[in-house]
Amino acid sequence: MKQFVFPAALVLMVAACSSTPKSGDETGGAPVESRGGGAGVTTVTTGGVDSRGLPAVLTDPKSILSKRSVYFDYDNYEVKAEYKELVTAHAKFLTENRQFKMLIQGNTDERGSREYNLALGQKRADAIKKMLSLLGVRDDQLESVSLGKEKPKNDGHNEAAWAENRRGDMLYNGEF
Amino acid sequence: MFGIRLKLRHLGLLATSVIALLQAPAHAQLTIEITGAGANRIPVAIADFGGDASSSRVVTSVVRGDLERSGLFRMVDTGGVTMTEASSPAYADWKNRGADAVAAGSIGGSDDGRQEARFRLYDVNKQIALGGSAFVTSKPMLRAAGHRIADLIYEKLTGEPGIFSTRVAYVVRASATRYELHISDADGQNAQVALISKEPIISPSWSPDGTRLAYVSFENKKPVVYVHSLASGKRIVIANFKGSNSAPAWSPDGRKLAVVLSKDGGSQIFLVNADGSGAQRLTTDSAINTEPTFSPDGQFIYFTSDRGGSPQIYRMAVSGGDAQRVSFEGSYNVTPRISPDGKSMAFISRRDGSFRLSVMDLDSRQVQVLTDSHKDESPTFSPNGRMVLIATEMGGRGVLSAVSLDGRIKQRLSITAGDVREPAWGPLSR
Repeated sequence: MKQFVFPAALVLMVAACSSTPKSGDETGGAPVESRGGGAGVTTVTTGGVDSRGLPAVLTDPKSILSKRSVYFDYDNYEVKAEYKELVTAHAKFLTENRQFKMLIQGNTDERGSREYNLALGQKRADAIKKMLSLLGVRDDQLESVSLGKEKPKNDGHNEAAWAENRRGDMLYNGEF
Repeated sequence: MFGIRLKLRHLGLLATSVIALLQAPAHAQLTIEITGAGANRIPVAIADFGGDASSSRVVTSVVRGDLERSGLFRMVDTGGVTMTEASSPAYADWKNRGADAVAAGSIGGSDDGRQEARFRLYDVNKQIALGGSAFVTSKPMLRAAGHRIADLIYEKLTGEPGIFSTRVAYVVRASATRYELHISDADGQNAQVALISKEPIISPSWSPDGTRLAYVSFENKKPVVYVHSLASGKRIVIANFKGSNSAPAWSPDGRKLAVVLSKDGGSQIFLVNADGSGAQRLTTDSAINTEPTFSPDGQFIYFTSDRGGSPQIYRMAVSGGDAQRVSFEGSYNVTPRISPDGKSMAFISRRDGSFRLSVMDLDSRQVQVLTDSHKDESPTFSPNGRMVLIATEMGGRGVLSAVSLDGRIKQRLSITAGDVREPAWGPLSR
């Protein structure tokens, strides 16, 4: 059996244009080939998500709005008092800039089932979203989702790493 | 034929590199290591088949490997004898060698380049033929013919269907920015790549007809549920509501999927049609409700919920309504999977801080912990119900491990390039 290395150029060629798929839509098209005989499997390469520029106030390290992360205690899903100022600042920006939308991604540490952790991360994202809503951000500006344990910020396997991964991140359009 | 036609259509654009996608690279093949075997293995002799010698070697090595790896058979030394399905076995000799059964066969060619693999299985003690069959095959498909022969031998000698012709889906995390959904034969060979993504892929679930996989992809920076037709590569989004969409599970008739949606707040179980239409909410409790899976009769959905304060397994009717708690021992029992006969439930239980594959007899509620590992995840039954495949960790790397329901037989499937995780064992081939 001949073996080949996957050519990077091909990935670029077949990468589908990025767009947010709607339920029922066909997406990511570009099936690229098949193998001969038997139960074939066609390889699909997913598209990515493009980033756009954000206003400096959201990215300037001196601005509180450049901070996007809220950390949670173990087995806890409430926004701690130390993050109220940060969440309030983002709420103020969003109420003054109604054209901006925010995706809140909840995260967990690595312990336990992937899908159960996805549900736990959702609780964290929902807690941040609820606080932003109470501070006047419109519901159509906000979406809370979970990455569960799939995208750890810290790959370690100790309490310090886990604490870093029990987190909610606030992203603006262009960053997701 | 289908494959050749597709190849020609894309030849202009992709030139010869099209072949690159057909097989996963060598370093991405699963290798299987047996770490335990059954107590009473059936001694079987697989004679060298007659006909074309090189083809015969491919087929017999697949048959022997399959039967050996199952942990239920012991290969008896044949002394290098060649025997076709037409020859009458020397029963006394095979009995002396200690074989309870012997298989013989041949690989014959035809003018159009196709081949026929024929075999016959004999009971050495009763001195009778137990059965036989012939498969039209071709050089590239000789391994598949070997798996079919091994399936028939397995079924004749154990009374259960063999699973050597089935396929397994799993996710390879090659790096932090490269995730691949692979489909391989049950022996880890012939791996093919169905999806390549920069973002994680989790929770693959086979359609009952084995043509499609549902899974969760994070390619849009949030979990979205897709159904992917493997032969064509065509994907449809079946759940991309506001919030998270996850945990797909097919109904046994293939017409619906259970999914978990956060669109109404929290994580709730819904039923959707296989095209994503008609979302219908099943759970109303405000707690977490996730990891749905159907009972094989399609009447019940087992799932994980923290409604009692800790994650436990519950069961409800497919129409929703009241749920009964199923798991009681310990404070963390998740990821239920029901055996094809409906009698056992595999799940992951936390014991002394370790996450271990456990199995419950659903009648007696007796629980047996099957492993002594620390990070077991994502159990999936073989379609004959004899084995459970899980993801676990070995030496800091993700590997797959197959464990028999009695815990005696253990096989480890690993890959040199990256972590292997999220196994899903496909249905019996038809």
